[in-house]
Amino acid sequence: MSDGLSVFGQDPVWLILVKALLVFGILVLLTLFNIWFERRLVARMQHRIGPNVNGPFGLLQSLADGVKLALKEDIVPKAADRLVYVLAPIIAVIPAFLTFAVIPFGPVVDVPFTDIQSPLQLTDMPVAVLYVLAIASVGIYGIVLGGWSSGSTYSLLGGLRSSAQMISYEVAMGLALIGVFLYAGSISTSEIVAAQERLWFGLILLPSFVIYMIAMVGETNRAPFDLPEAEGELVGGFHTEYSSLKFALFFLAEYINMATVSALATTLFLGGWRAPWPLSIWEGANEGYWPILWFMIKVIGFICFFIWLRGTLPRMRYDQFMDFGWKRLIPIALAWIVAVAVIRMISLDAGFDRRYLFAAIGVVAVLFLLMLFIGEEEDEGDEVLSDEPFDAFAGGYPVPPMPGQKPTTTRATEETD
Amino acid sequence: MIAFWVLAPIMVLAALGILFARKAVHAALLLAVVMISLSILYLVQDAPFLFVVQIIVYTGAILMLFLFVLMLVGVDAADSVVETIPGQRVMAVLLGLAFGGVLTLGVAQVSVQAAGLAEANAGGNIEGLAGLLFSSYVFAFQATAALLITAALGAMVLAHRERLTPKLGQAELAAQRMRDYAEHGKHPGPLPAPGVYARHNSVDTPALLPDGSISELSISRVLAARGVIGSASDAADIDRVTRQIGRGADADDDVHASHEGEGADGPAEGHDGTDGGRSWT
Repeated sequence: MSDGLSVFGQDPVWLILVKALLVFGILVLLTLFNIWFERRLVARMQHRIGPNVNGPFGLLQSLADGVKLALKEDIVPKAADRLVYVLAPIIAVIPAFLTFAVIPFGPVVDVPFTDIQSPLQLTDMPVAVLYVLAIASVGIYGIVLGGWSSGSTYSLLGGLRSSAQMISYEVAMGLALIGVFLYAGSISTSEIVAAQERLWFGLILLPSFVIYMIAMVGETNRAPFDLPEAEGELVGGFHTEYSSLKFALFFLAEYINMATVSALATTLFLGGWRAPWPLSIWEGANEGYWPILWFMIKVIGFICFFIWLRGTLPRMRYDQFMDFGWKRLIPIALAWIVAVAVIRMISLDAGFDRRYLFAAIGVVAVLFLLMLFIGEEEDEGDEVLSDEPFDAFAGGYPVPPMPGQKPTTTRATEETD
Repeated sequence: MIAFWVLAPIMVLAALGILFARKAVHAALLLAVVMISLSILYLVQDAPFLFVVQIIVYTGAILMLFLFVLMLVGVDAADSVVETIPGQRVMAVLLGLAFGGVLTLGVAQVSVQAAGLAEANAGGNIEGLAGLLFSSYVFAFQATAALLITAALGAMVLAHRERLTPKLGQAELAAQRMRDYAEHGKHPGPLPAPGVYARHNSVDTPALLPDGSISELSISRVLAARGVIGSASDAADIDRVTRQIGRGADADDDVHASHEGEGADGPAEGHDGTDGGRSWT
């Protein structure tokens, strides 16, 4: 462990500043690109063309939109809590930038014009992935406080929804990461990338990868899980009352978060900056500055996936969404972690033929999944009904039903009215 | 040491702010500042795992629950300063001073020397913690886990409500609506939306029926009870706006004349007229 991280913390101050500036610049540029990319791709999916006027392929459209947004009138509602209202977008956007500090863009390289060697990563720590989770949970404060301080019911509901959703899906996300930690034997991002030299964790730990991908969409408030800003119900959700630069900051934070979860997924499951298989035959693919290219291709692949989801799926209902998170995703993730731990234990301790083990685990996992997805409907159909109908209000005062009894509709009409 | 001297004043100020903040949400925010600063101090003192756990558990989960309750219940109004327990303030001050004194004395006795930190972190911070948790302290660890699960189950049992009537699905609700229509003649469709006009489209503007009368169903019961229902078309309203814009005196007079002509029609217009007068003077 101490060997792997010893390359960090050796940089001179000017190099740290340059790296931080580069990370900041990449994130801002990536956001501008992503907005344009999303509009073009969604347009293509809907048989439109999308923005194509400003700059080559319309690439400067989001820059123009950003400038226009910043120059708009800044409105603070009368009912707003002024201090918190101004603070909230800042709290949302700073953690979004902070998380990228531990994302590895490439291996140790020679810094041009000097004889310094330095990793293409701002910093790393023994708890880097947990650090990302921690900082993300600070970012939620921006959304909650923005919703509360606007002094509007729509904003408040949007903020509460958003934070409830992010907290719920953070649990599933954290559980999905545990499998990776078990296999990599480390929580530091650079060591997790190093552990995927032979095989990507996305292939070994496919269920974790799938759970992470679902959770990351919920975590970033993106369609089909964009309930905090469900415009049909909540106008704009937590940012209903925000305008001008403050709104732009929320917007920026959302897109950076999208890039962050994509970069984290790349790092943890798709081998990080390592070249994908056919390219990795070439010896120099994982050396020098080439890995940045592979890394960016993978990240943009994930962004593509986000946009594809948005163009394809309708928004879920809030209760269905929460049920899915708590009743399906988290139990599946827990069961999978137990399975991973067992596999790890057996393959580390006893020389067991792996193929039989994987087959057995696969059968159990499929059975478990089937149970989870089919279980509920069977419950409702197969319930043993007692002979006499049960009326909760028979004695004049409501009493709960005994096991096996089903309530009848005696007073249901009054209840629904 | 630099981190300490930067963070310590921030923490002390934020902690004092918790005591003196008027709004509960501001106090909760300042508490978050204290917690995050504390976690950074952990990081500086070579305890990276404690740093992330402090943020994830305390700042991310527990304080967020606090905020939820504060926002939903709305404990915004300044707290009442009436003492419910006699002598509470005197006791609080005395106990606080005593506690501070004991703490100062206690801390003054201890010589602050971090011993064995390098040794404890030799195999890595997380590995060291895991080694201790799952060997020497495994019983305490399991007991805490059992306690937490019991607490979670208890919360679920307390919040659980037995369902007394069957859950109505979409089909049942539709049948119910049609039954209501057949028996009581209740309209089966959705309620009419509030009116959308050139200058009014808020929810307090009633929709107009084809004969020009107001549709009572289009406005929220709550707004009606509060008596804040606006009117869809109102000559006095136009009058007021023209006055606010400050058009020429001639136009103003014209509108005035028309307003006075209609003035005797109803109380609503009289009300709007006085309103306009107030905003003019």
